[in-house]
Formats: sequence, structure tokens, C-alpha cells
Amino acid sequence: MSGDARSSAFEIELRLLLEAIFLRFHYDFRSYSMASLRRRVTAALSALGCETVSALQEKILHQPETFTALLQYLTVQVSDMFRDPAFFLAFRQHVVPELATYPSPRVWIAGASSGEEVYTVAIILAEEGLLDRALLYATDINPDAIAKAKAGVYAEERIPTFAANHRAAGGKQPFERYYTSAYGHAAFDRKLRDRVVFADHSLATDSVFAEVQAVTCRNVLIYFDRTLQERAVGLFRDALSRRGFLGLGAMESLQLTKQSSAFEPFLPELKWYRRS
Amino acid sequence: MVPPLLSRPRETELVVVGASAGAVDALGELLPALPADARVPFVVVVHVPPSKPSLLVDLFSSKCALAVRQPFDKQPIEPGVWIAAPDYHLLVERDRTFAVSIDEPVNYSRPSIDVLFESAAVVYGRALAAVVLTGASRDGAAGARKVRAEGGLVLVQDPSEAEVDVMPRAAIEESTPELVAPLAQLAQALRDISRGRP
Repeated sequence: MSGDARSSAFEIELRLLLEAIFLRFHYDFRSYSMASLRRRVTAALSALGCETVSALQEKILHQPETFTALLQYLTVQVSDMFRDPAFFLAFRQHVVPELATYPSPRVWIAGASSGEEVYTVAIILAEEGLLDRALLYATDINPDAIAKAKAGVYAEERIPTFAANHRAAGGKQPFERYYTSAYGHAAFDRKLRDRVVFADHSLATDSVFAEVQAVTCRNVLIYFDRTLQERAVGLFRDALSRRGFLGLGAMESLQLTKQSSAFEPFLPELKWYRRS
Repeated sequence: MVPPLLSRPRETELVVVGASAGAVDALGELLPALPADARVPFVVVVHVPPSKPSLLVDLFSSKCALAVRQPFDKQPIEPGVWIAAPDYHLLVERDRTFAVSIDEPVNYSRPSIDVLFESAAVVYGRALAAVVLTGASRDGAAGARKVRAEGGLVLVQDPSEAEVDVMPRAAIEESTPELVAPLAQLAQALRDISRGRP
């Protein structure tokens, strides 16, 4: 069999798998980036002991509990707290002062995964004296990730990176005061999540649930195809108040979306945009 | 005299390049040798530390006849030289646009050469040429094998000339390349490929 034929067999199986997942579990990965899905599903095959994607499809349909394991491969990405410190320094210096003009500013962290970015935003708002009257929505499609985000417990070995990033992002307090260490883990202060609503929400299938003054959605759109990117950015457009802020990942841009007219550059080199 | 690369006619439509330790000097010899009228895009992954902004685009822009750019997500793959951003994998989609991901590092690297090579091999098949240069890891070897499996060309820097020979040796072991040669000869081969020859 030639390489090309083998590739297309894989792609056919992959599309069928995504269709099966949608029909059976109502998760819609059909508009995800195929290049990334291909790698993730290939990794899942060996981990779940399947020779082919068709075998994996059979397994999740007939042993639905396997789907939870597959979902981890399809969705989870680990991010560091204050990843891209310059982005969060800009948030602190230029976005937070604007948020402070609202009586109860709301921030939506879309694709919050295991919560690193939620604690990042909460720490900045706390240091700027805004957390007590703010409300954060942290959403993701993966219930296991949301559970981790709620727990706020991370491997202690990750703390030096988090702390260095926090400093580089203009951190005002010693980072140690935000967590307690035990048995190789760091548990973050529960007060940081008092003002956080964690929720199951899909940018692919759900709609807008609240009006917010800022959205951060970083390194999530890169996993979507252009159709789904349009949908997600459309949700942000509809959720944001006039003059609200949108922050994206370093490699993401509104340049190729049709919604670019709904936004204006705020600090475009740092991926901050503003609802026009 | 460059040996004939091919036993069968083909048109190469994309060149992917991977380099690690010693990359700046090796690429400094290869990329400036590419002609301004190159019709084929060159996509380069270099292992760089994640925290530092990459200076490679600026460095090579001043030396190359071709435009040197850092691709962003979903950008169409056009002719010119593209250098992967630090801390993201760079991949190729079926519609010949770039994709990026923050999936776990592969071979301790993000961007990883294997990730680029494997995704490009699937899309371009026989129309792909992959080049493995100096480096101290095995990244690129599995990717080169996949490129060969999909019918593409593999070119490897002569390990005896490479600043660090681990990466070219691994690629040779894994993929039986069409050409193992010093940089000067690779540069000639890439010039030919970039003009639609052979």
C-alpha cells in the first residue's frame, strides 16, 4: 500500500471517529485542526492499546468509559501560570485600570483547562485590589480539567517557573503567599477562587452566557479550524461589553477572521484587542 | 559535481529543514544560498530556548534574498523562508496552511523537528524534501523516516562536517537518505529544488 493511500485511510477513520464522538458523547471535534488531532489521536492509540482508529472507535462506542481517557488526549494542554509574562504585564498595566472603572468587572477565561490562567488572572486582580468585586468565569469542555482547576493543586516543581513568570509580569507580592506546599504539591489559596465560577462550556456548541468586560482565550483557537475560530470569536464579540478587551495567545491573530471589524487593536503585538 | 538526487521525476513543493546545536552557522551557509526567485517555500525548525524571543528571523532577513518570516496560525504557506516561533510546535494542514500547537514537547523540544516533518509528510507526500542538519538530539530522525515512507526526499548534512553529529547520524540510521553531503553540496541541491529542478 502506498503512503498516500495509508494516509487517507487514517484520515477517513479520524473523521468517522469524530462523527461517532459527536453522535454518542455530544463533544464536537469535527472542526478542530486536523494536523494536531492526527498527532493526539496517534498518541491515544498506543496509550489505549488500539491498532487502528477504527478499533478506537469501536472501543469508545462499546466501552463508553474509555471515552474519558480519550478526552484527555483530545483536549488537555498544560499551560504555565503567567505564561508570556509580557501579556500579563500588559493586562495589569493597561487592561485592569479600565476594568476598575466598572462596579463589578467580569472576566471570562475561555478554555481554562487545568486552571493555571485562572489563578494568574485572580492573582493580578488581587494585587491590583480588584478581586473582591470582580467575577471570573472559567470555562472548559473537559470536566476533569475543570475539577483540577477548582482544586488548584499543582506539582511543586512547577513553582519556580510560575514564580519567575509572576515577577516578570509585574508581581507585587512574594509568590509564596499564594500557596501552601505539602508532599511535593502546591495548593493555591482558596480565596483566589472565591470569585470564580467554573463551568462546562463549549466554544463549538454552546452560546454566550454572560456579559463580560474582558475575555482571555489563549492557545485554544490554534486547535480550531477557521470555521470554528469564526464561531468562537463571534461568541467573544457578543459576550463583550462595548470597549471590552480580548486577549489571545502569542501565535493567534484576528487578522484572518471575518470579525476583525468588530475589534480594534489595543496592544496588538501583545495580542490584546478591544471591542469597537 | 552534485550527484543526481532522484531516480524518478518529481516536483518538490515544500522543503522542511531541522537544525539544533550549531544551527546558526549551518543555516547561515544554506539559507543565503537560496535564490530570490525560489518557487518553493522553506520551513525551518531550530531548537531555541522557549523564554527568549527568537532573533533568527532578523538575523537571516538581512542575509537572504528571500523574505524570512515567522508563520502565525492558519497562514498560507507561500514561497520564502519561514522560521518556527519558539515554544510552539509548527505543523502543516491539508489545505497548505500553517498550524501551531502547545502540545507537550517532543524529544524535549518545542518546536520539534519530528512534529513538522511528520505533518508535512502526510500532506505533501512525494512533493516534500526534508533536510536534517547539525544537532545534539535525535529530533528529526523519526520525522525523516516518515518523510521517506510517504515518498519524499531526505537530505542530511554529512556528520563528519556537522558541528554536532548526533542529529545527522540519527537521521541517517532511521531513514536511509537520498543525499548525505556537506553544506556546500546541500546548498546546491536546494537551489536546484527551489527552481523546480530536478
